Amino acid sequence: MPKLNPRWILKPAVFLICLVPMVWLAWDTVSGNLTANWLEDFRDRTGIWTLRFLMITLSVTPLRRITGWHSLIRFRRMLGLFTFFHSFLHFITYIWLDQFFAFDEILKDITKRPFIISGFAGFFLLIPLAITSTKKWIGRLGGKRWQMLHRFIYVSAVAGVLHYYWRVKLDVRDPVAYGVLLAVLLGFRAFSRLNLFKPLVARVGSEKSA
Amino acid sequence: MLIQRASDIPSSEITPERLYSNRREFIKTASSALGTAAVISILPGCMNSSASGTAQNKARGPYDTDEKQTPYEDIISYNNYYEFGIDKSDPIKYSKNFKTKPWTVSVEGMVKKPATYALEDLTKGFAMEDRVYRMRCVEAWSMVIPWMGFPLAELVKRLEPTPSAKYVEFKTILDPSQMPGQKPSIFGGGLHWPYTEGLRLDEAMNPLAFIAMGIYGKSLPNQDGAPLRLVTPWKYGFKGVKAIVKIRFTDKQPLTAWMEASPQEYGFYANVNPQVDHPRWSQASERRIGEFYKRRTLMFNGYAEQVAQLYSGLDLRKNF
Repeated sequence: MPKLNPRWILKPAVFLICLVPMVWLAWDTVSGNLTANWLEDFRDRTGIWTLRFLMITLSVTPLRRITGWHSLIRFRRMLGLFTFFHSFLHFITYIWLDQFFAFDEILKDITKRPFIISGFAGFFLLIPLAITSTKKWIGRLGGKRWQMLHRFIYVSAVAGVLHYYWRVKLDVRDPVAYGVLLAVLLGFRAFSRLNLFKPLVARVGSEKSA
Repeated sequence: MLIQRASDIPSSEITPERLYSNRREFIKTASSALGTAAVISILPGCMNSSASGTAQNKARGPYDTDEKQTPYEDIISYNNYYEFGIDKSDPIKYSKNFKTKPWTVSVEGMVKKPATYALEDLTKGFAMEDRVYRMRCVEAWSMVIPWMGFPLAELVKRLEPTPSAKYVEFKTILDPSQMPGQKPSIFGGGLHWPYTEGLRLDEAMNPLAFIAMGIYGKSLPNQDGAPLRLVTPWKYGFKGVKAIVKIRFTDKQPLTAWMEASPQEYGFYANVNPQVDHPRWSQASERRIGEFYKRRTLMFNGYAEQVAQLYSGLDLRKNF
């Protein structure tokens, strides 16, 4: 890792980088670069960035293991909260701009349409994680229970990918690509649980800490 | 048949606003309409129609809607035309060099005059008409488009299908060298090319069914289906097969591209129907491009007066 104090330099830098997709969307909005159906652009771009941030967040642990950069953990909460931020914007786009708070319509959607159900599930599962993301809450819940709770991000990610897969009209290549990436990220965890990476991880770990 | 016009918007609201607020655009439009007329002046009658200006300031025909027309810029930049790419913004980018001249249309099947026609010969003598139609996409957005072209019925009559013909099938050009979306991909994901659509012959003979060769008084932009495309305003937009090169008359219901790709989601009829949802999303309402609030979708996209009788006795839930 660089020698700069990560707390004061790197974190704000990563924070600013994480803001880029929505600043870019705002820029496209004011400069008239969106399509004629700009609402669809809002919906699609907040949605796809939710999935991207989910994948980035879920990459932290595998990356730490592989590279030995354990300080990456410092960014995990922020990345998780950015995932939630984008999913919240996506959710608002649906509730407000797309449905105009027509709760009868929304209720019909939730009860009838798998892609809406999976989208709601993915979003609502992230809420408790965002709320309990503070140090205070870790203490309140206790590390082990907190960790258990935060494993819900796996379920949320699966729901998110399904949501995308069920929504596209015909070309499922992108959703499948996200599915494969998610399978790799979750598969890594399963494999390391079963200690299949043990020799590798042990070697890399000892080199780095030495 | 009783023909009624939609009257939900006062007619006073339509023409002047766009013209006075956008004079330059009007001048541009009108002058290129003259250009169009020169280009396709082999079509008698076309001159009159085009030279008289755009659809905006023409007398309204019995099938025209009074609703506010979708701006030209939106109609040419927001397109579903998978041959040029999946994104709505792809067709305007990738159709720039698409060659529409010369153009031939092959007429096949149960028809008295099967042949490969030059487009000029196929349409010779047809008067170009303006038609302001609503267009409702299966994705729940809609536009109001001033088309220019001729009724499909005229073409069918000219080609003289034999009595055994019950359907007419249309195919888009197959040319992967010009259409990047038609190039084979390792992971698949597209439709089977060429794009195929079809109508029952009585649907094709309905006065609403239209072959468009222009919009806003100009010749049809490539991304909107140049040089000729089908327009069936009471059906979802994907029925409007673009860049037609083949017309085949048959006694069997054609297998359309979307039916082949996803038969549980797309049927042969594809009539706009707010009561029959797409399996994955609602069709009850739509977003008119340029409007913030959604509006309710109308049965047959508001053309029930003209087309409902075509489907009497047909279960529209099964025949979606």
